[in-house]
Amino acid sequence: MGRAGQNGKDAVERLYLAVGGLRGLLFVVGSALVGVLAGIMVFTFGYANGLAYFGDEATTCKQCHSMNKQFDAWSKGSHHTLACQECHSPEKATLPVQWLVSEADNGFWHSLKFTTGDYPLNIKIRDHNKEIVRVNCLRCHGNLVSQIEQPALHASAQIDCLRCHSEVGHKR
Amino acid sequence: MTTPADEKSTTTTRRLTWLLPAAFFVIGALITGIVVALLMNIAQRKAEGTQPFFQVVQLTETSFDPAEWGKNFPAQYEGWKNTTQMLDDDKATPPAGDPRAFMAKSKLAEDPRLITMWQGYAFSVEYNHPRGHANMLLDQQLIKRVQAPFKQPGACLNCHASVPEVLYKLNPTDPAAAWAKMNVTPYADATKLAEHPVSCIDCHDPKTMALRVTRPAFVEGIKAYKASLGVANYDVNTMATNNEMRAFVCAQCHVEYYFKGDAKTLTFPWKNGLTASNALDYYDSVGFSDFTNTLTGAKMLKAQHPDYETWSQGVHAANGVTCADCHMPYTRQGAVKVSDHQVRSPLWDDNQINKSCLTCHHETEAVMRARVEGIQSTWKTQQSKSFDALDQLIRDINAAQGNGTPQANIDAARQWQRKAQFFQDYTVSENSKGFHAPQYSLSLVNEATDAARRGQLALRGISEPMTVDPAKDYTPMKATPAPAPSTTAPATPAPAVTPTPIVNPVYSPAAPGATPSK
Repeated sequence: MGRAGQNGKDAVERLYLAVGGLRGLLFVVGSALVGVLAGIMVFTFGYANGLAYFGDEATTCKQCHSMNKQFDAWSKGSHHTLACQECHSPEKATLPVQWLVSEADNGFWHSLKFTTGDYPLNIKIRDHNKEIVRVNCLRCHGNLVSQIEQPALHASAQIDCLRCHSEVGHKR
Repeated sequence: MTTPADEKSTTTTRRLTWLLPAAFFVIGALITGIVVALLMNIAQRKAEGTQPFFQVVQLTETSFDPAEWGKNFPAQYEGWKNTTQMLDDDKATPPAGDPRAFMAKSKLAEDPRLITMWQGYAFSVEYNHPRGHANMLLDQQLIKRVQAPFKQPGACLNCHASVPEVLYKLNPTDPAAAWAKMNVTPYADATKLAEHPVSCIDCHDPKTMALRVTRPAFVEGIKAYKASLGVANYDVNTMATNNEMRAFVCAQCHVEYYFKGDAKTLTFPWKNGLTASNALDYYDSVGFSDFTNTLTGAKMLKAQHPDYETWSQGVHAANGVTCADCHMPYTRQGAVKVSDHQVRSPLWDDNQINKSCLTCHHETEAVMRARVEGIQSTWKTQQSKSFDALDQLIRDINAAQGNGTPQANIDAARQWQRKAQFFQDYTVSENSKGFHAPQYSLSLVNEATDAARRGQLALRGISEPMTVDPAKDYTPMKATPAPAPSTTAPATPAPAVTPTPIVNPVYSPAAPGATPSK
């Protein structure tokens, strides 16, 4: 073994000792791996345009193409100036916790269903989400329909606005 | 000095120093794996949205083999091939020596009243439920109706084979001459020229994939019908709208028809319109009958499967909802929607109900199934009562022929049988069990019942008037003298009357004495 080789070996050994022996080396390698993982995660998030999900643009809801039909119908409907969440989420200002739970709940299921492809051609709103929409109808139109609603009479069977006004949100 | 306990603790610590990083490594690898898989999935989903079609082969007017088309349109081809599938409840075991793994159930076994009404006709021998498109050629070749002693014309192939190929083989340059030849060629010979059941080229232009009509009978039929609406020289392939075509290509076959004259020219009776009454008027005016019922001597019509005409009388047709919307609904393939070429009932399963009905009806699958089945069971109940009336008329005419009933009465009853049976057959042979046009189908059933009962009265020499406009041609019956309002209560109350419950005897199949003549 030549002198240069001897020097090189020394340098490696010095570096080995500098990082703190075996433990230190493992720490460095481990950190690097975590960095790689974090990088892939950040890239995936960016590639999927994940930041958009923190905003309220309607186009976000058709980033995955499964809601193209709903988006098109919404853009023709009388409520097309309102963002999706105005009707489909609890009011953010007054119900922040419910808003967050609803966003997380729907976000999780939408992602899972779209990733696995396990959803029908014509998607349907779930009952508790339908109730959110109904409450949001009343948030703006409550005064107008207070005589119709009569909650005392129909406490267990609320009138479903969308039964008749089915095309105000999404016009076919 | 170290105790064994200390030694053990050191070993544990040393083991932990290795186990911990190893565990982190595995967990890290798993998370990375999942994130990368998700990344790939996102990339794939994004790609799905971009390129929906790759041309692999050049299709021409002689691309008869659907497998060739399948290279360019694999999803559509896969769907078409899947029309061989059947629901387990619909399957029947074929007889020994039959090449099929399973076949459709017998309609004759399900309702033997059909055997009675078709005495003297091949349908009384074998008549089964329909099966998917890909089975049509084999099913026809194996049915008893096309085998000895029956002689059928090649015209039958019009709707049981991919016709463009047969015509090309008969005469590559003159399709009209080829068609005329196919119609008169005996079925046994003509069917040897058929390679495929209905396939891509029967409905699609190979260059543009646009829908087009290939059957001369429909071209002529729709021309005659449009003429009745005041549209002269209607040419379906240049004048039909895209939406009309989505029903017209199906209506090339799913219609009522007859073979005209010795040329056995396939013809649709649409000159007066598309209803059963229009068809009956047409057949009466040209003096056509399919067969003579050997039990009654009446000249009968055999209604085929007027799916298109019946649909055209219903609410879906009125709203521009065509055959393809319910029977070939869009199905999702990535970001692309493909028309489902596995043509079948929307009630096949919940997924199918979702794809077809729920596109317009914002209901659950269960609600839609219940609605359709409700319509069908209402039709079925009324249709069965109507069929009893027809069956009883046939038995009465059969008995009257030997018991001195005046010939004029028998002739009148035969005319009523012709109408009752055509209407009954029309709604039974139609494939939707009364759903395609619920009110219209019930009206056909009601007409059939009325005709059958009038036939029974005619045998007894009774001709009841028919009220067309009650305001003009009807006189109310009034009790004479008019009952005076009673002022005093009767001394003794009348005994309560217990109505006798109505109990009808149950149907037993007719013993078919006569042998089928055709």
